[in-house]
Amino acid sequence: MTSVLYDSPGPVTRRRALLGSVLGGLVVLALVGLAVWYAAGRGVFEGDRWDVLYAPPKNQTAADVWTSMLVRGLGATLRAAAFAAPLALVLGLLLALWRTARRPWIRWPAIGIIELFRGLPVLLMMFFALLGFGWEAFTAVVFGLTVYNMAIIAEILRAGLASLPKGQAEAAYAVGLTRGQTLFTILLPQAVRTMLPSLISQLVVLLKDSSLGFIVGYAELLKSIQNNAQFFGNKYFIALFVVGAGIYLVVNISLSRLAVWIQRRTTRTAATPILVDPNGGAGGTP
Amino acid sequence: MDAIIENLPAYWTGFRTTLQLTLVSGAIALAWGLVLAALRVSPLAPLRAFAAAYVELLRNTPLTLVFFFLVFVAPQFGVLPPLGFWTAVVALAAYTSAFVAEAVRSGINSVGIGQAEAARAIGLTFGQTLSVVILPQAVRTVIPPLINVFIALAKNTSVAAGFATVELMASGRRLATANPGDVIWILVGVAFFYLLITIPSGIVAGLVERKVAFVR
Repeated sequence: MTSVLYDSPGPVTRRRALLGSVLGGLVVLALVGLAVWYAAGRGVFEGDRWDVLYAPPKNQTAADVWTSMLVRGLGATLRAAAFAAPLALVLGLLLALWRTARRPWIRWPAIGIIELFRGLPVLLMMFFALLGFGWEAFTAVVFGLTVYNMAIIAEILRAGLASLPKGQAEAAYAVGLTRGQTLFTILLPQAVRTMLPSLISQLVVLLKDSSLGFIVGYAELLKSIQNNAQFFGNKYFIALFVVGAGIYLVVNISLSRLAVWIQRRTTRTAATPILVDPNGGAGGTP
Repeated sequence: MDAIIENLPAYWTGFRTTLQLTLVSGAIALAWGLVLAALRVSPLAPLRAFAAAYVELLRNTPLTLVFFFLVFVAPQFGVLPPLGFWTAVVALAAYTSAFVAEAVRSGINSVGIGQAEAARAIGLTFGQTLSVVILPQAVRTVIPPLINVFIALAKNTSVAAGFATVELMASGRRLATANPGDVIWILVGVAFFYLLITIPSGIVAGLVERKVAFVR
Protein backbone atom coordinates (compact mmCIF):
# COMPACT_ATOMS: atom_id res chain seq x y z
CA MET A 1 0.00 0.00 0.00
CA THR A 2 2.67 2.45 1.07
CA SER A 3 4.34 2.38 -2.33
CA VAL A 4 1.14 3.33 -4.17
CA LEU A 5 0.31 6.33 -2.04
CA TYR A 6 2.87 8.55 -3.74
CA ASP A 7 4.53 8.65 -7.19
CA SER A 8 7.86 7.03 -7.73
CA PRO A 9 9.81 10.23 -7.26
CA GLY A 10 11.50 12.21 -10.01
CA PRO A 11 14.81 14.06 -9.53
CA VAL A 12 13.29 17.13 -7.84
CA THR A 13 11.13 15.12 -5.46
CA ARG A 14 14.00 12.77 -4.77
CA ARG A 15 16.18 15.70 -3.78
CA ARG A 16 13.37 17.06 -1.65
CA ALA A 17 12.75 13.65 -0.06
CA LEU A 18 16.46 13.25 0.63
CA LEU A 19 16.50 16.66 2.27
CA GLY A 20 13.40 15.77 4.28
CA SER A 21 14.85 12.40 5.29
CA VAL A 22 18.09 13.99 6.38
CA LEU A 23 16.24 16.72 8.29
CA GLY A 24 13.82 14.22 9.85
CA GLY A 25 16.70 11.92 10.75
CA LEU A 26 18.57 14.84 12.26
CA VAL A 27 15.54 15.82 14.34
CA VAL A 28 15.15 12.25 15.64
CA LEU A 29 18.90 12.01 16.29
CA ALA A 30 18.90 15.40 18.00
CA LEU A 31 16.07 14.32 20.30
CA VAL A 32 17.92 11.10 21.16
CA GLY A 33 21.14 13.06 21.63
CA LEU A 34 19.38 15.55 23.89
CA ALA A 35 18.02 12.71 26.02
CA VAL A 36 21.47 11.07 26.23
CA TRP A 37 23.13 14.40 27.05
CA TYR A 38 20.54 15.09 29.73
CA ALA A 39 20.97 11.59 31.18
CA ALA A 40 24.75 11.87 31.08
CA GLY A 41 24.52 15.16 32.94
CA ARG A 42 22.75 13.26 35.71
CA GLY A 43 25.53 10.68 35.81
CA VAL A 44 23.44 7.86 34.32
CA PHE A 45 26.34 6.46 32.29
CA GLU A 46 28.95 6.54 35.02
CA GLY A 47 30.44 3.21 35.98
CA ASP A 48 29.16 3.24 39.54
CA ARG A 49 25.58 3.18 38.21
CA TRP A 50 26.20 0.04 36.19
CA ASP A 51 28.78 -1.95 38.15
CA VAL A 52 25.94 -3.91 39.76
CA LEU A 53 25.91 -5.90 36.52
CA TYR A 54 29.58 -6.93 36.58
CA ALA A 55 31.06 -6.06 40.00
CA PRO A 56 28.25 -5.51 42.50
CA PRO A 57 28.93 -4.02 45.93
CA LYS A 58 28.01 -5.54 49.31
CA ASN A 59 30.12 -8.70 48.87
CA GLN A 60 27.90 -10.08 46.12
CA THR A 61 29.20 -11.52 42.89
CA ALA A 62 27.89 -10.62 39.46
CA ALA A 63 26.74 -14.23 39.17
CA ASP A 64 24.45 -13.73 42.19
CA VAL A 65 22.77 -10.73 40.56
CA TRP A 66 22.32 -12.42 37.20
CA THR A 67 21.05 -15.63 38.81
CA SER A 68 18.49 -13.71 40.82
CA MET A 69 17.19 -12.03 37.67
CA LEU A 70 17.56 -14.67 34.98
CA VAL A 71 17.00 -17.88 36.93
CA ARG A 72 14.69 -16.85 39.74
CA GLY A 73 13.03 -13.79 38.10
CA LEU A 74 12.64 -14.85 34.48
CA GLY A 75 12.29 -18.46 35.63
CA ALA A 76 9.27 -17.55 37.77
CA THR A 77 7.75 -15.54 34.90
CA LEU A 78 8.19 -18.43 32.47
CA ARG A 79 6.96 -20.97 35.02
CA ALA A 80 3.67 -19.08 35.48
CA ALA A 81 3.28 -18.83 31.71
CA ALA A 82 4.24 -22.48 31.20
CA PHE A 83 1.53 -23.61 33.63
CA ALA A 84 -1.13 -21.21 32.36
CA ALA A 85 -0.63 -21.56 28.59
CA PRO A 86 -1.41 -25.31 28.20
CA LEU A 87 -4.31 -25.01 30.67
CA ALA A 88 -5.74 -22.06 28.74
CA LEU A 89 -5.32 -23.86 25.42
CA VAL A 90 -7.07 -27.04 26.59
CA LEU A 91 -9.87 -25.23 28.43
CA GLY A 92 -10.26 -22.80 25.52
CA LEU A 93 -10.61 -25.74 23.12
CA LEU A 94 -13.23 -27.35 25.36
CA LEU A 95 -15.14 -24.07 25.59
CA ALA A 96 -15.01 -23.59 21.82
CA LEU A 97 -16.40 -27.11 21.29
CA TRP A 98 -19.05 -26.52 23.93
CA ARG A 99 -20.03 -23.34 22.08
CA THR A 100 -20.66 -25.25 18.88
CA ALA A 101 -23.25 -27.51 20.55
CA ARG A 102 -26.42 -27.69 18.52
CA ARG A 103 -28.98 -27.14 21.27
CA PRO A 104 -29.10 -23.47 22.38
CA TRP A 105 -29.66 -24.30 26.05
CA ILE A 106 -26.45 -26.35 26.08
CA ARG A 107 -24.53 -23.70 24.17
CA TRP A 108 -25.76 -20.83 26.29
CA PRO A 109 -23.59 -21.34 29.45
CA ALA A 110 -20.44 -21.49 27.31
CA ILE A 111 -21.30 -18.13 25.75
CA GLY A 112 -21.91 -16.75 29.24
CA ILE A 113 -18.54 -17.97 30.53
CA ILE A 114 -16.66 -16.59 27.52
CA GLU A 115 -18.32 -13.17 27.65
CA LEU A 116 -17.87 -12.93 31.43
CA PHE A 117 -14.15 -13.67 31.50
CA ARG A 118 -13.43 -11.66 28.35
CA GLY A 119 -14.94 -8.58 29.95
CA LEU A 120 -12.98 -8.64 33.20
CA PRO A 121 -9.42 -7.44 33.87
CA VAL A 122 -6.87 -10.22 34.43
CA LEU A 123 -5.77 -8.47 37.60
CA LEU A 124 -9.27 -8.79 39.06
CA MET A 125 -9.22 -12.54 38.38
CA MET A 126 -5.90 -12.75 40.21
CA PHE A 127 -7.31 -10.87 43.18
CA PHE A 128 -10.30 -13.20 43.22
CA ALA A 129 -7.95 -16.15 43.67
CA LEU A 130 -5.62 -14.33 46.05
CA LEU A 131 -8.09 -12.57 48.38
CA GLY A 132 -11.35 -14.36 47.64
CA PHE A 133 -10.18 -17.97 47.64
CA GLY A 134 -7.09 -17.32 49.76
CA TRP A 135 -4.73 -19.02 47.33
CA GLU A 136 -1.01 -18.31 47.26
CA ALA A 137 0.44 -15.84 44.76
CA PHE A 138 1.70 -18.35 42.17
CA THR A 139 -1.64 -20.17 41.95
CA ALA A 140 -3.45 -16.84 41.80
CA VAL A 141 -1.32 -15.70 38.85
CA VAL A 142 -1.83 -18.99 36.99
CA PHE A 143 -5.56 -18.86 37.71
CA GLY A 144 -5.93 -15.30 36.42
CA LEU A 145 -3.93 -15.98 33.26
CA THR A 146 -5.78 -19.24 32.60
CA VAL A 147 -9.38 -18.10 32.91
CA TYR A 148 -8.86 -14.93 30.88
CA ASN A 149 -6.90 -16.52 28.07
CA MET A 150 -9.10 -19.59 27.80
CA ALA A 151 -12.02 -17.27 26.98
CA ILE A 152 -9.98 -15.44 24.32
CA ILE A 153 -8.65 -18.71 22.85
CA ALA A 154 -12.18 -20.11 22.70
CA GLU A 155 -13.20 -17.03 20.70
CA ILE A 156 -10.21 -17.38 18.37
CA LEU A 157 -11.00 -21.05 17.71
CA ARG A 158 -14.68 -20.29 17.17
CA ALA A 159 -13.77 -17.65 14.60
CA GLY A 160 -11.48 -20.21 12.97
CA LEU A 161 -14.26 -22.78 12.78
CA ALA A 162 -16.68 -20.17 11.43
CA SER A 163 -14.22 -19.13 8.73
CA LEU A 164 -14.12 -22.62 7.16
CA PRO A 165 -16.18 -23.13 4.01
CA LYS A 166 -19.47 -24.87 4.73
CA GLY A 167 -18.63 -27.59 2.21
CA GLN A 168 -15.99 -29.03 4.54
CA ALA A 169 -18.54 -30.09 7.14
CA GLU A 170 -21.11 -31.07 4.52
CA ALA A 171 -18.65 -33.30 2.70
CA ALA A 172 -17.57 -34.91 5.98
CA TYR A 173 -21.16 -35.71 6.91
CA ALA A 174 -21.83 -36.91 3.36
CA VAL A 175 -19.08 -39.55 3.56
CA GLY A 176 -20.67 -40.74 6.81
CA LEU A 177 -18.41 -39.28 9.50
CA THR A 178 -20.08 -38.65 12.85
CA ARG A 179 -20.26 -35.18 14.33
CA GLY A 180 -17.27 -35.86 16.60
CA GLN A 181 -15.20 -37.29 13.78
CA THR A 182 -16.04 -34.31 11.59
CA LEU A 183 -14.96 -31.87 14.28
CA PHE A 184 -11.74 -33.59 15.26
CA THR A 185 -10.45 -34.87 11.93
CA ILE A 186 -11.80 -32.29 9.45
CA LEU A 187 -12.73 -28.96 11.02
CA LEU A 188 -10.43 -28.44 14.02
CA PRO A 189 -7.14 -29.18 12.24
CA GLN A 190 -8.00 -26.57 9.62
CA ALA A 191 -9.27 -24.05 12.16
CA VAL A 192 -6.16 -24.37 14.32
CA ARG A 193 -4.00 -23.97 11.25
CA THR A 194 -5.66 -20.75 10.06
CA MET A 195 -5.68 -19.39 13.59
CA LEU A 196 -2.11 -20.30 14.53
CA PRO A 197 -0.80 -16.71 14.20
CA SER A 198 -3.61 -15.37 16.40
CA LEU A 199 -3.01 -18.15 18.93
CA ILE A 200 0.69 -17.31 19.14
CA SER A 201 -0.07 -13.59 19.54
CA GLN A 202 -2.36 -14.54 22.39
CA LEU A 203 0.48 -16.46 24.03
CA VAL A 204 2.58 -13.28 23.83
CA VAL A 205 -0.26 -11.47 25.59
CA LEU A 206 -0.31 -14.20 28.24
CA LEU A 207 3.43 -13.88 28.81
CA LYS A 208 3.13 -10.09 29.05
CA ASP A 209 0.26 -10.37 31.51
CA SER A 210 2.30 -12.62 33.79
CA SER A 211 4.04 -9.39 34.84
CA LEU A 212 0.82 -8.54 36.72
CA GLY A 213 2.18 -10.99 39.28
CA PHE A 214 4.30 -8.03 40.42
CA ILE A 215 1.12 -6.41 41.77
CA VAL A 216 -0.27 -9.48 43.54
CA GLY A 217 3.07 -10.24 45.20
CA TYR A 218 4.40 -13.04 43.00
CA ALA A 219 8.21 -12.87 42.83
CA GLU A 220 8.66 -12.69 39.05
CA LEU A 221 11.09 -10.74 36.85
CA LEU A 222 9.90 -7.23 37.74
CA LYS A 223 9.88 -8.05 41.42
CA SER A 224 13.44 -9.37 41.22
CA ILE A 225 14.50 -6.08 39.60
CA GLN A 226 12.86 -4.14 42.40
CA ASN A 227 14.36 -6.39 45.08
CA ASN A 228 17.84 -6.03 43.61
CA ALA A 229 17.47 -2.26 43.36
CA GLN A 230 16.31 -2.04 46.95
CA PHE A 231 19.16 -4.24 48.16
CA PHE A 232 21.96 -2.51 46.23
CA GLY A 233 20.53 1.01 46.28
CA ASN A 234 18.14 3.00 44.08
CA LYS A 235 20.89 4.33 41.84
CA TYR A 236 21.06 0.91 40.19
CA PHE A 237 17.40 0.99 39.09
CA ILE A 238 18.31 2.11 35.56
CA ALA A 239 20.87 -0.63 34.91
CA LEU A 240 18.61 -3.33 36.31
CA PHE A 241 15.59 -2.01 34.42
CA VAL A 242 17.46 -2.00 31.12
CA VAL A 243 18.29 -5.69 31.63
CA GLY A 244 14.70 -6.58 32.62
CA ALA A 245 13.09 -4.67 29.75
CA GLY A 246 15.63 -6.20 27.37
CA ILE A 247 14.68 -9.71 28.49
CA TYR A 248 10.96 -9.03 27.95
CA LEU A 249 11.55 -7.50 24.53
CA VAL A 250 13.78 -10.34 23.32
CA VAL A 251 11.32 -13.04 24.41
CA ASN A 252 8.19 -11.27 23.14
CA ILE A 253 9.60 -10.02 19.85
CA SER A 254 10.92 -13.47 18.96
CA LEU A 255 7.48 -14.97 19.65
CA SER A 256 5.78 -12.23 17.57
CA ARG A 257 8.23 -12.80 14.72
CA LEU A 258 7.41 -16.52 14.87
CA ALA A 259 3.71 -15.65 14.48
CA VAL A 260 4.40 -13.45 11.44
CA TRP A 261 6.63 -16.12 9.90
CA ILE A 262 3.97 -18.81 10.34
CA GLN A 263 1.35 -16.49 8.89
CA ARG A 264 3.47 -15.93 5.79
CA ARG A 265 3.97 -19.66 5.38
CA THR A 266 0.27 -20.45 5.69
CA THR A 267 -0.70 -17.65 3.31
CA ARG A 268 1.47 -19.20 0.64
CA THR A 269 -0.03 -22.67 0.87
CA ALA A 270 -3.58 -22.33 2.18
CA ALA A 271 -6.59 -20.15 1.47
CA THR A 272 -6.58 -16.61 2.84
CA PRO A 273 -6.18 -16.70 6.62
CA ILE A 274 -8.74 -14.85 8.66
CA LEU A 275 -7.27 -12.38 11.12
CA VAL A 276 -9.41 -11.86 14.14
CA ASP A 277 -8.51 -8.80 16.15
CA PRO A 278 -4.73 -8.92 15.63
CA ASN A 279 -4.26 -6.85 18.78
CA GLY A 280 -5.60 -9.63 20.91
CA GLY A 281 -8.08 -7.07 22.14
CA ALA A 282 -6.45 -7.47 25.47
CA GLY A 283 -4.09 -6.36 28.01
CA GLY A 284 -2.49 -6.76 27.08
CA THR A 285 -3.77 -6.56 26.74
CA PRO A 286 -4.14 -5.38 24.44
CA MET B 1 -24.57 -8.93 48.96
CA ASP B 2 -25.15 -6.35 51.71
CA ALA B 3 -21.46 -5.54 51.61
CA ILE B 4 -21.86 -4.29 48.05
CA ILE B 5 -24.86 -2.09 48.81
CA GLU B 6 -23.31 -0.60 51.95
CA ASN B 7 -20.17 0.35 50.08
CA LEU B 8 -21.78 1.74 46.93
CA PRO B 9 -20.28 5.23 47.47
CA ALA B 10 -16.73 3.79 47.56
CA TYR B 11 -17.43 1.77 44.43
CA TRP B 12 -18.84 4.84 42.74
CA THR B 13 -15.74 6.96 43.45
CA GLY B 14 -13.49 4.22 42.12
CA PHE B 15 -15.71 3.68 39.09
CA ARG B 16 -15.59 7.39 38.27
CA THR B 17 -11.78 7.41 38.45
CA THR B 18 -11.66 4.35 36.18
CA LEU B 19 -13.96 6.09 33.69
CA GLN B 20 -11.88 9.28 33.78
CA LEU B 21 -8.67 7.29 33.29
CA THR B 22 -10.21 5.48 30.33
CA LEU B 23 -11.56 8.62 28.66
CA VAL B 24 -8.56 10.90 29.19
CA SER B 25 -5.90 8.36 28.26
CA GLY B 26 -8.13 7.04 25.46
CA ALA B 27 -8.38 10.50 23.90
CA ILE B 28 -4.62 11.07 24.12
CA ALA B 29 -3.89 7.56 22.79
CA LEU B 30 -6.26 8.13 19.86
CA ALA B 31 -4.58 11.40 18.85
CA TRP B 32 -1.02 10.10 19.27
CA GLY B 33 -1.91 6.78 17.65
CA LEU B 34 -3.30 8.55 14.56
CA VAL B 35 -0.09 10.58 14.28
CA LEU B 36 1.97 7.37 14.57
CA ALA B 37 -0.14 5.64 11.90
CA ALA B 38 0.32 8.61 9.55
CA LEU B 39 4.07 8.53 10.19
CA ARG B 40 4.15 4.82 9.39
CA VAL B 41 2.82 5.36 5.84
CA SER B 42 4.67 8.63 5.22
CA PRO B 43 7.25 8.96 2.41
CA LEU B 44 10.07 9.94 4.79
CA ALA B 45 12.07 6.91 5.87
CA PRO B 46 13.31 8.20 9.27
CA LEU B 47 9.76 9.03 10.37
CA ARG B 48 8.55 5.60 9.21
CA ALA B 49 11.38 3.94 11.13
CA PHE B 50 10.67 5.98 14.26
CA ALA B 51 6.96 5.09 14.27
CA ALA B 52 7.68 1.42 13.53
CA ALA B 53 10.22 1.22 16.35
CA TYR B 54 7.85 2.91 18.80
CA VAL B 55 4.96 0.60 17.96
CA GLU B 56 7.10 -2.56 18.04
CA LEU B 57 8.68 -1.57 21.35
CA LEU B 58 5.48 -0.67 23.18
CA ARG B 59 3.46 -3.57 21.82
CA ASN B 60 5.97 -6.08 23.11
CA THR B 61 6.36 -4.46 26.52
CA PRO B 62 4.05 -5.42 29.36
CA LEU B 63 1.96 -2.49 30.59
CA THR B 64 3.24 -3.18 34.10
CA LEU B 65 6.76 -2.49 32.84
CA VAL B 66 5.68 0.92 31.48
CA PHE B 67 4.20 1.81 34.86
CA PHE B 68 7.31 0.43 36.58
CA PHE B 69 9.49 2.68 34.43
CA LEU B 70 7.51 5.84 35.22
CA VAL B 71 7.20 5.15 38.93
CA PHE B 72 10.59 3.67 39.85
CA VAL B 73 13.07 4.34 37.04
CA ALA B 74 12.17 7.82 35.75
CA PRO B 75 12.97 9.45 39.15
CA GLN B 76 16.56 8.17 38.73
CA PHE B 77 16.81 10.37 35.62
CA GLY B 78 15.68 13.30 37.72
CA VAL B 79 12.18 13.20 36.21
CA LEU B 80 9.66 13.20 39.03
CA PRO B 81 6.22 12.43 37.62
CA PRO B 82 3.40 13.30 40.01
CA LEU B 83 2.28 10.01 41.53
CA GLY B 84 -1.23 8.77 40.85
CA PHE B 85 -3.69 9.84 38.20
CA TRP B 86 -1.45 11.61 35.68
CA THR B 87 1.29 9.00 35.81
CA ALA B 88 -1.36 6.41 35.04
CA VAL B 89 -2.66 8.53 32.15
CA VAL B 90 0.81 8.85 30.63
CA ALA B 91 1.54 5.11 30.95
CA LEU B 92 -1.85 4.03 29.57
CA ALA B 93 -1.78 6.54 26.71
CA ALA B 94 1.78 5.64 25.68
CA TYR B 95 0.94 1.94 25.72
CA THR B 96 -2.49 2.12 24.04
CA SER B 97 -1.36 4.48 21.27
CA ALA B 98 0.79 1.68 19.82
CA PHE B 99 -2.30 -0.53 19.49
CA VAL B 100 -4.34 2.35 18.02
CA ALA B 101 -1.60 2.91 15.44
CA GLU B 102 -1.61 -0.78 14.49
CA ALA B 103 -5.41 -0.86 14.17
CA VAL B 104 -5.46 2.25 11.97
CA ARG B 105 -2.58 1.01 9.84
CA SER B 106 -4.24 -2.34 9.17
CA GLY B 107 -7.40 -0.40 8.30
CA ILE B 108 -5.45 1.66 5.76
CA ASN B 109 -4.00 -1.54 4.35
CA SER B 110 -7.45 -3.10 4.06
CA VAL B 111 -8.62 -0.48 1.54
CA GLY B 112 -8.32 -1.99 -1.92
CA ILE B 113 -5.07 -1.07 -3.60
CA GLY B 114 -7.00 -0.05 -6.73
CA GLN B 115 -8.51 2.83 -4.76
CA ALA B 116 -5.08 4.31 -4.10
CA GLU B 117 -3.96 3.62 -7.65
CA ALA B 118 -7.05 5.32 -9.11
CA ALA B 119 -6.59 8.31 -6.81
CA ARG B 120 -2.96 8.62 -7.86
CA ALA B 121 -3.92 8.17 -11.50
CA ILE B 122 -6.24 11.18 -11.51
CA GLY B 123 -3.44 13.21 -10.00
CA LEU B 124 -4.27 13.52 -6.31
CA THR B 125 -1.29 14.18 -4.05
CA PHE B 126 -0.22 11.99 -1.11
CA GLY B 127 -2.16 14.11 1.37
CA GLN B 128 -5.27 14.22 -0.84
CA THR B 129 -5.16 10.48 -1.53
CA LEU B 130 -4.95 9.74 2.17
CA SER B 131 -7.53 12.23 3.43
CA VAL B 132 -10.10 12.16 0.61
CA VAL B 133 -9.97 8.56 -0.63
CA ILE B 134 -8.23 6.15 1.74
CA LEU B 135 -9.07 7.33 5.27
CA PRO B 136 -12.85 7.74 4.76
CA GLN B 137 -12.95 4.12 3.59
CA ALA B 138 -10.53 2.91 6.24
CA VAL B 139 -12.68 4.38 9.03
CA ARG B 140 -15.37 1.76 8.46
CA THR B 141 -13.02 -1.16 8.97
CA VAL B 142 -11.05 0.57 11.72
CA ILE B 143 -13.88 1.38 14.12
CA PRO B 144 -14.68 -2.15 15.42
CA PRO B 145 -11.04 -3.01 16.23
CA LEU B 146 -10.60 0.46 17.72
CA ILE B 147 -13.53 -0.14 20.06
CA ASN B 148 -11.83 -3.39 21.08
CA VAL B 149 -8.62 -1.48 21.79
CA PHE B 150 -10.57 0.88 24.04
CA ILE B 151 -12.31 -2.01 25.82
CA ALA B 152 -8.85 -3.42 26.51
CA LEU B 153 -7.83 0.02 27.76
CA ALA B 154 -10.77 0.10 30.19
CA LYS B 155 -9.62 -3.24 31.59
CA ASN B 156 -5.98 -2.17 31.60
CA THR B 157 -6.71 0.80 33.84
CA SER B 158 -6.83 -1.80 36.63
CA VAL B 159 -3.01 -2.06 36.44
CA ALA B 160 -2.88 1.47 37.87
CA ALA B 161 -4.15 -0.04 41.12
CA GLY B 162 -0.67 -1.45 41.68
CA PHE B 163 0.91 1.99 41.31
CA ALA B 164 -0.81 4.32 43.75
CA THR B 165 -3.91 5.26 41.75
CA VAL B 166 -7.13 4.60 43.61
CA GLU B 167 -9.46 3.49 40.84
CA LEU B 168 -12.07 0.74 40.82
CA MET B 169 -9.68 -2.17 41.41
CA ALA B 170 -7.80 -0.40 44.20
CA SER B 171 -10.99 0.66 45.99
CA GLY B 172 -12.17 -2.94 45.68
CA ARG B 173 -8.97 -4.14 47.29
CA ARG B 174 -9.37 -1.63 50.12
CA LEU B 175 -12.96 -2.71 50.70
CA ALA B 176 -11.87 -6.36 50.67
CA THR B 177 -9.30 -5.68 53.39
CA ALA B 178 -11.87 -3.76 55.41
CA ASN B 179 -14.54 -6.51 55.11
CA PRO B 180 -12.60 -9.77 55.44
CA GLY B 181 -15.84 -11.73 55.76
CA ASP B 182 -17.32 -10.64 52.42
CA VAL B 183 -14.27 -10.63 50.15
CA ILE B 184 -15.92 -12.63 47.38
CA TRP B 185 -19.02 -10.43 47.29
CA ILE B 186 -16.91 -7.27 47.33
CA LEU B 187 -14.94 -8.53 44.32
CA VAL B 188 -18.16 -9.57 42.56
CA GLY B 189 -19.21 -5.93 42.96
CA VAL B 190 -15.96 -4.79 41.32
CA ALA B 191 -16.52 -7.27 38.49
CA PHE B 192 -20.04 -5.90 37.99
CA PHE B 193 -18.75 -2.37 37.50
CA TYR B 194 -16.12 -3.49 34.99
CA LEU B 195 -18.74 -5.44 33.05
CA LEU B 196 -20.86 -2.28 33.07
CA ILE B 197 -18.19 -0.76 30.82
CA THR B 198 -16.98 -3.73 28.80
CA ILE B 199 -20.15 -5.61 27.88
CA PRO B 200 -22.12 -2.66 26.43
CA SER B 201 -19.03 -1.52 24.51
CA GLY B 202 -18.60 -5.06 23.20
CA ILE B 203 -22.21 -5.11 22.00
CA VAL B 204 -21.75 -1.72 20.31
CA ALA B 205 -18.60 -3.02 18.59
CA GLY B 206 -20.56 -6.03 17.31
CA LEU B 207 -23.40 -3.86 16.02
CA VAL B 208 -21.06 -1.44 14.28
CA GLU B 209 -19.18 -4.35 12.74
CA ARG B 210 -22.38 -5.82 11.32
CA LYS B 211 -23.52 -2.41 10.11
CA VAL B 212 -20.34 -1.48 8.27
CA ALA B 213 -19.46 -4.94 7.02
CA PHE B 214 -19.56 -5.01 3.24
CA VAL B 215 -18.02 -7.13 0.56
CA ARG B 216 -15.01 -5.68 -1.19
